[in-house]
Amino acid sequence: MSGDDPVAAFRVEAGELLDQVEQGLLDLGHQLGDMDLVNAVFRGLHTLKGSGAMFGFEALAEFTHHCEGAFDKVRKGQVTATHELIAVVLSAQDHMRALIDGGRGLDTAGDAILTRLDAALGAAEETALDTSIKNADRAGWKLSFRLPANAMTNGINPLVLLDELRELGEARIIARTDRVPDFAELVPTECHIGWDVTLMTDAPKSAIEDVFIFVMDDMELTIEPLATDEVPQSGAAEQTIAAQGPVTKPEPGEGSGPLAHAAKARAGESVRVPAERLDALMDRVGELVIAQSRLAQIAGGGTDLALRSVSEEIERLAGEMRDATMVLRMVPVASLFGRFRRLIHDLARETSKSIELVTEGEATEVDKTIVERLFDPLVHIVRNSCDHGLEPPAERAALGKSETGTVKLSARQAGGDVLITVCDDGRGIDRERVRAKAEAQGLILPSQQLGDGELFQLIFHPGFSTAAQVTNLSGRGVGMDVVKRTVEGLRGRIDVASRPGEGSTITLSIPLTLAIIDGLLVRVGTDRFVVPLAAVEECLELSLEEDMRSRGRSVITLRDRLVPFLRLRELFETGTRPDPFQKIVVVGIGAERVGLVVDQIIGNHQTVIKPMSALHRNVATFTGATILGDGGVALILDIGQLVAVGQAQEERLRAAG
Amino acid sequence: MPPVEAMDSIHWNEAGQLEVLAFELAGETFAVEAAGVQEILDLLPETVVPGASPLVASVINFRGRIIPLADLRLAFGMARTEANRDSRIVVIAVDRGGEEVLVGLKADRVHEVTTLERNSSEEPPVIGMRWRRELVRGLVRREAGLVVLPDIHAVFAPTSSGSTPPGASAPPIH
Repeated sequence: MSGDDPVAAFRVEAGELLDQVEQGLLDLGHQLGDMDLVNAVFRGLHTLKGSGAMFGFEALAEFTHHCEGAFDKVRKGQVTATHELIAVVLSAQDHMRALIDGGRGLDTAGDAILTRLDAALGAAEETALDTSIKNADRAGWKLSFRLPANAMTNGINPLVLLDELRELGEARIIARTDRVPDFAELVPTECHIGWDVTLMTDAPKSAIEDVFIFVMDDMELTIEPLATDEVPQSGAAEQTIAAQGPVTKPEPGEGSGPLAHAAKARAGESVRVPAERLDALMDRVGELVIAQSRLAQIAGGGTDLALRSVSEEIERLAGEMRDATMVLRMVPVASLFGRFRRLIHDLARETSKSIELVTEGEATEVDKTIVERLFDPLVHIVRNSCDHGLEPPAERAALGKSETGTVKLSARQAGGDVLITVCDDGRGIDRERVRAKAEAQGLILPSQQLGDGELFQLIFHPGFSTAAQVTNLSGRGVGMDVVKRTVEGLRGRIDVASRPGEGSTITLSIPLTLAIIDGLLVRVGTDRFVVPLAAVEECLELSLEEDMRSRGRSVITLRDRLVPFLRLRELFETGTRPDPFQKIVVVGIGAERVGLVVDQIIGNHQTVIKPMSALHRNVATFTGATILGDGGVALILDIGQLVAVGQAQEERLRAAG
Repeated sequence: MPPVEAMDSIHWNEAGQLEVLAFELAGETFAVEAAGVQEILDLLPETVVPGASPLVASVINFRGRIIPLADLRLAFGMARTEANRDSRIVVIAVDRGGEEVLVGLKADRVHEVTTLERNSSEEPPVIGMRWRRELVRGLVRREAGLVVLPDIHAVFAPTSSGSTPPGASAPPIH
């Protein structure tokens, strides 16, 4: 569908270009003089402008043109890169993303950025005017004017005035939007905009005054001749270039920057495929595996050796094909981590802390969907680390730590899971405060003994964040409970470790792929269900007399702890009689446990997850379904949901006494 | 509820005809647009989805996809009939809020693809029908009897209170 849509393709490409530009800018922030990086950023912006115009993103092309122009100057050595310039272009980049997404009413924001861009350029090089103007060895005027608020009501059209100025000579016009009021107070018929104009003309001052002759009385107007020392200064800039010649000379062969290399390599070796085609392929492979297992049954039951050998061959091929298809969806986490450099950059500015981001294991591969869904939770955790974890520089110095705090993002694979760790060297989590808060909220009893792991899990409890903790940074509407829910939605889990004064480590363990699940296949009544193996803690037998004894209070004692259990047969209203030897599958999430009574445990089952139909999305008990070897369907249990049901049941019982 | 006509009108062609697949359900003849029919299947093993609305109480494996199996009898308040030798599953595509969803419909017997004439069709009567009027788009007289054109979209439409199909949860209108 979207695969053939050129605009959608442009959006994807533009997103990647902007990512590259962003990385380039961030690198440049560390090495201001690196011309390779300057060139790479310039080329990125240039391409974006060109293809933007080609695909009808006029506003984007227009806006990008200014940023490109700024970097063109840096590239040509007319301006040196400054931190301020980089910061402005970074924010300009966000604006470009908004333009690409087709946001509306962005003009004001864009103009504000361009004003800042001009200011930054001006600061970088006092005389940084448009090159064409600079090269033109002519006299001119610098004027700045503002019309009275009621000008337009009186029939004055500012555009006509600007056109008249243009007729006098080459004009560079910048709108000043600093006095535009908030939208609520905006009177659309009033004129809130002022203009700065640099006019290259031989015309006398009186000619300019004539333009404004009808509005002169009420307006603000300043007219100054262009500084005469501008021309010599521009010459000075050229001398500097000459002095740095060998370094700054634009390189003849385009594509020498590292980013260009990366882009080239990527274009040569990879193919962009819409995710839905991969899903379709996955479906076909899933069917193939099922058909193959039927074939294996037939071949195994007969005596035809040739058939059996072909069947085994197909079994091997189908298995390999399934693995190969899985790999198609995997992307390195580098793309995820890369986005954090910007966040850390911004956070360091916002908090006035000095923060260094260290990343490790970027080559670790994860399912694409997971990478996308992990971003928000990770942002929240990283923000927490920077905001609450890391101390201000002065405090760190007093503690004998380096003034720069470190946040480390790392990824590594462990079995079928990928572990993503956010580690900071800040003050660590305050156990006493967590405990006090949990007691105050009635989450734990004052006498209750808790290990670190269990105690820290409490911060993921809904509503645990308190006013004392929330700042403008972390109070972004995503609580740690949402983080936990997202991670559990990915069938993952969160572990927290912390050492006072040394920092905290938050580890997310996420399955490598969402497409496959390791499950325990069980039977309830006549139907089969899959329990995600990651959640299974142990399996017990529930004898008939135990079952009878526990009627009415569905709780078993497991190593001195009461564990509520659910009879799936009753929950699912199967209408069947219980098997004589029922089993309890104890499942848990975090510290919470619940037993699931099933009729039979069939065994381990690795399986492809299929989504439930839209008509069944209201059924909360299942996260999906899977097709079994015989072509039948087994539903996959939503453990989070069942644990919640079990806990609620236990609370009701407790309340009833 | 908006008026029935506005919800999903019948797309008669220029000659005032409509190609449909007719099938039998508890002694009544229903018809769905032939264009929306994906496939007609023999009965498959069903997997009950505990907690789902009775209208779509189970799922089947349709070529590697898991699709709901719907029993229109429940939407129309008709008695369940036993599966027989002629029972089939008619897989149709339903547009549900812009998303195309495949649904299997149980049928006691599937008839041929046939052409209905606009001239012999009627709006569902306001009174005197034993089904909820908003679930029926029209009735068409044929020699063999009356054909019911159910409003499949209305039957499976998500309701504001959740995504329970109306035919399954709402009390029948008498």
